[in-house]
Amino acid sequence: MTAEIRTMTDASPRHQAELPERFNLLAQLLHWAMAATILAMLFIGVAMMTSLTWRPWLLDLHQPLGIAILILTIVRLLNRLRRGAPALPTDIPRWQVVAAKASHWLLYALMLSLPLLGWGIRSAGGWPVTMFRGVGLPSMAPVDPVWYAVLRDAHGFLAWLLFAVVLMHLSAALMHAWVRRDGVFSSMVPAGLYRHYRRSKI
Amino acid sequence: MKIGDIDLKRSWPALAAIGAIIAVLLAAFAWVAGLLGERVTNTSFLEDTKPVFPAGYRRAHGKGMCFEGVFRSSGAIAEYSGARVFSQTETRAIGRFSIGTMDPHAADNSTSTVSMAMMLTADNGQQWRMKMNNEPFFVTRDAPGFLAMLNATAPDPATGEPVPRLMAAFLADYPEARKYMEADAVKPWASSFSGATFYAIHAYYLVAEDGRRQAIRWWMRPHSAFTAWNVKDRAQASHDALFKDVAQRLKTGPLHWDMVMQLAAPGDPVDDPSQPWPESRRQVVAGTLEVQRVFDQTDGVCRDINFDPTLIPAGMALSNDPVLATRAGIYAHSYNARLHEIGYGKATDAVGKKAAQ
Repeated sequence: MTAEIRTMTDASPRHQAELPERFNLLAQLLHWAMAATILAMLFIGVAMMTSLTWRPWLLDLHQPLGIAILILTIVRLLNRLRRGAPALPTDIPRWQVVAAKASHWLLYALMLSLPLLGWGIRSAGGWPVTMFRGVGLPSMAPVDPVWYAVLRDAHGFLAWLLFAVVLMHLSAALMHAWVRRDGVFSSMVPAGLYRHYRRSKI
Repeated sequence: MKIGDIDLKRSWPALAAIGAIIAVLLAAFAWVAGLLGERVTNTSFLEDTKPVFPAGYRRAHGKGMCFEGVFRSSGAIAEYSGARVFSQTETRAIGRFSIGTMDPHAADNSTSTVSMAMMLTADNGQQWRMKMNNEPFFVTRDAPGFLAMLNATAPDPATGEPVPRLMAAFLADYPEARKYMEADAVKPWASSFSGATFYAIHAYYLVAEDGRRQAIRWWMRPHSAFTAWNVKDRAQASHDALFKDVAQRLKTGPLHWDMVMQLAAPGDPVDDPSQPWPESRRQVVAGTLEVQRVFDQTDGVCRDINFDPTLIPAGMALSNDPVLATRAGIYAHSYNARLHEIGYGKATDAVGKKAAQ
């Protein structure tokens, strides 16, 4: 069975003719820029809640970065819906295919909802939502302790969930790059880089 | 050996590297979140005092009364700062008088510290939140110093007295605290909020339209005369004497405070809240606050405000005073905790409901 699949994939590197081999360049750019930003945001977020002296400065960073992530996520989703994603290799177990797809859509949901919740928290607490000195966003939730408590809890919980999903995503990506070497990792890097990670012997 | 289709003999270095990367990220995140290690975080400031509080109350200065009024700018600061509040004629003010104990049901004669908090909202929507006390400077140069003072002055369970050795060690680490303690020992108590001077303590910058920065401190100087509250009168005072007094005075007319800004000279210590500047420094009256009416602190209009003094309008900037920055985190935790209690319906008298017996 395995030999059969390998022969088939060797003969036809595009598993399904209509699907691209790699993510398009815009998707790759957005992916790597956002990977760095989101990881930084997660650390800024927890540091804001513990640091003795950095909170005012971290908060000034957290708000515009969060809104930047919101905007980039919308661009990325539109690009994804228009241009699609490469198919996974056919020899990946079914549970891993399901996990990969579910975690990708969960990542999109979290990248959209966390900035919106943050915006909501600032609004419900009666705070300005400041992008940079003197420029802010309008309030998007009523100033109300019930709204504040619910939104604040959701933001905190989903941020920890995002960190967990990011770690899983990273481990899976590195498994594809360094252990399976099956072309899944290289679909997120420009052609020419990491070529040897495509389809060598397992 | 194989697990699934992974050849361990061939892939163990890659697997080990992946495990190490994930472990490092997890450990770093846990450390930043304060779950790993022993560093002082802005949560550890509140931890010891948490259980004392009836749900929904502020974690410090729990007893207070809110006020409403108007701030009228003099125009004299507009050349130093582009903030709207210094040029517009009238700005609405929401504020709060409080006493320095944590217990929201404390007697007014239980502390010499009285405070004023205030939020000004300019017509461009920009907020300025402030927190002021009736003392001109902070005890130590940083926030861990404040914790060190609490430890050094805590009574020994055996004798009921502070331990002289701990006190000496604290003063060796924080020599500036001696000045505060000597001032505090002879400071007259205020017999009324109306005659108290409230100091912002921390320095800020005024930022002009052309980018020039001027370091300042400000205080609220009362129009009413200061009258000291002597020991005998204090002992006989009613439980809510100070709050009844201010409400009574407002029945006959508004109360006023001038906002006095002291301009630092080059070389003055801007980032150290324990070092006041010489009295000879130039002072400019930025405007006058008129307090028109007081109302109960259970009213959400004031109850749900975090008077975080790091929230300032464009046209002002924070100094690098570490105690000022620390307030942001501590106030945020206090605010989170009590708004959860209020939001999830656990608060009773803090929101004006009768407490369940």
